[in-house]
Amino acid sequence: MTQVLTELGIQVTLLEAGPMLNPSKDFKEHWWPYQTPDRGMGPGGSRYFGKSPYPFGLYDAGFGDWQLEGEPYTVAPGDKFVWYRSRIVGGRTNHYGRISLRFADYDFAPYTRDGVGTDWPITYDELAPYYDKTESFIGVTGSKEGIRSAPDGVFQPCPPPRVHEMLVQRACKQLNIPCIPSRLAVITQPTHGRPACHYCAQCNRGCVSASNYSSSQVQIFPAMKTGRVTLIANAMARELITDSSGKVVAVSYIDKITRTEKQIKCRAAVVACGACESSRLLLNSKSSRFPDGLANGSGQIGRNLTDSVGYSLSARIPALEGLPRHNSDGMGGMHVYVPWWLWEKKDLGFPRGYHIEVGGGFGMPGPGQFHGLCARHEGYGKELKTYLRSQYGTSVGLAGRGEHVPNPKTYCEIDPEVVDKFGIPVLRFHFQWTDNELKQARHMHETFTAILETMGGVITRPAPKSVEGDGISIGGEIIHELGTVRMGNDPRTSALNKYCQAHEVKNLFVADAAPFVSNPDKNPTLTINALAWRTAEYLAEEMRKGNV
Amino acid sequence: MSDEGGTGFSLCSRDAFSRREMLRAAALAVLASGTLPLADAQEVHRIAEIEGLYRPKALTPHEYRTLAALADLIVPADEVSLGAVAAGAPAWIDLLASQSPELTDIYTGGIAWLDITMRRRAGSDFVSAKPDQQTALLDLIAYRKNGTGELAPGVRFFEWARKMVVDGFYSSPLGTKDLGYMGNTAVSKFEVPQEAIDYALRRSPFGK
Repeated sequence: MTQVLTELGIQVTLLEAGPMLNPSKDFKEHWWPYQTPDRGMGPGGSRYFGKSPYPFGLYDAGFGDWQLEGEPYTVAPGDKFVWYRSRIVGGRTNHYGRISLRFADYDFAPYTRDGVGTDWPITYDELAPYYDKTESFIGVTGSKEGIRSAPDGVFQPCPPPRVHEMLVQRACKQLNIPCIPSRLAVITQPTHGRPACHYCAQCNRGCVSASNYSSSQVQIFPAMKTGRVTLIANAMARELITDSSGKVVAVSYIDKITRTEKQIKCRAAVVACGACESSRLLLNSKSSRFPDGLANGSGQIGRNLTDSVGYSLSARIPALEGLPRHNSDGMGGMHVYVPWWLWEKKDLGFPRGYHIEVGGGFGMPGPGQFHGLCARHEGYGKELKTYLRSQYGTSVGLAGRGEHVPNPKTYCEIDPEVVDKFGIPVLRFHFQWTDNELKQARHMHETFTAILETMGGVITRPAPKSVEGDGISIGGEIIHELGTVRMGNDPRTSALNKYCQAHEVKNLFVADAAPFVSNPDKNPTLTINALAWRTAEYLAEEMRKGNV
Repeated sequence: MSDEGGTGFSLCSRDAFSRREMLRAAALAVLASGTLPLADAQEVHRIAEIEGLYRPKALTPHEYRTLAALADLIVPADEVSLGAVAAGAPAWIDLLASQSPELTDIYTGGIAWLDITMRRRAGSDFVSAKPDQQTALLDLIAYRKNGTGELAPGVRFFEWARKMVVDGFYSSPLGTKDLGYMGNTAVSKFEVPQEAIDYALRRSPFGK
């Protein structure tokens, strides 16, 4: 958004709730576990007691957590939801999985297709040019496959499959499941001044050479060089201020360093705080004209919350025991993946589908990795040591990411009783999986079992039987929460129009995943970027015409 | 071993490490030259770790000696690499324990149990017992099937000691080398050796 607006000559002020990012200091990309005294088990070995200060591993560049001190959220009694927040320039894109999948044409018309959920106000063809622009700009690996569920894009070559990935591909072939080169926002060729990937596998720690995509390094820092960006760090947006005509005229924010309230005037406001945080800001921006929150005449803000359905399964693969050692790091993530392949099947018992992610290889050794093997093998001494050496690199994991259809019991709202340390009312979450998601998780279990067994693995874990504590992810855990300020053509059932512009407030836009109408089995970041690009062009044009 | 010595020294240059680590890195560098026989090398480390350079923070010297003995029984030196003491596993465990009363209690309680039990069985504390007396006790407490009755506290403690010694060993430069991890380095092209592909396919249900 910032990058496109500044290219179009517009002055942008960025309010960031966290500090500035300094990659050369903050990213610990190539550090070893023993370069930190606790080596990743936390001070006092807290991870042994179920508490980790490193939710995604030592040196992860998320710079966030499931709970932030002084900034709580609440969850309705009986529900489960977790919310991962990063407060730093670039936010969660500094560490995310870089999986970059276009939505399929049918993903934009889910209701038309199966009568569940709601259609988007735009089609694949309308967004496709922006997928092209985004992929060309940030760099995405992949291959042309002609699979309807996984539209082809502008791709850079994907590195070859690792040994275990080759076995997954063989197994999938026998089972008639496609398993294709990965689509990751990692550049394998020099791109716009960024050097190609050096294949250290540590994408989640932040890339010092900016060879993967993060909004900080690929969009914000270059945009700052245009001189059109003012970045205000440690600025926690509290409220959007409107005038008598209902237009946003200023943003009120807390300067976290001095704990004082400040205001900055604006001609237009673009909200992109992460879907739930964006809905919180709008719901907290109440006035006599907007008593239920800014641009919330539809009552839809906070509603339609979804996450991805997550289920994973792993097995030791005997064929990999004693595998000749080599550097299997590669990109920070899988080199192959399985796109949804049963989109034509109507009798699955659940709507929509999932894709499969693949894990394995000789990862960087670290504490915790052999707990399962120690418990299984028991004993001690030379025999245990030989066993662990033989098993290193033999684990192959499959993770499903499936579509969660919005339901009325899953939403967020302002908790009337709780404020954060800045006095800002916090979110209260309601989250329920339905039978749809549970059946999908069971289907994942059957598929993963078939693939791993075909490779020679032995599966002992039973299929999930009930939603609670039985393998399916907790709501929010996959960190694909979205849909809380949805777009649509009807102002009665949506907050934003097809350009992510508020129906009721012409100079208010939303540019994260809050506008999404559905949450297909494709990780949201690529679509966030494509949609934001389209929104930015529209906003610039409306400003040029004097409409905004 | 040569890159381990190098890693040790570059660590020191980060200023976060004490004289003890510098000496250990120096010892590793000597080892890297490969001139010391394995047993001697192991002994150098035992002395350095137990008697000289490391002052335990949470455990008493006796408790620390016992933990060190246990650590080298769990992950001993073999033809591939040195053992858990050389890798600094006991010092790492002691460091974590010094930050956690809960963890300290697990070790002081577990080590006291080992001593009491060994005195009953052999008339001496654990660390003074003969090697075959030590292993005879571990052969019992290293398995969950003995986890009920009077051995239960020992079995429970050994699970802690095993996983933490294993963690301390494999998260060290020595353990990393033992596993043959060759990554965390920059390469211009990612390639998979044909030898590895052939090996896995030959052993897999897919054949060649």
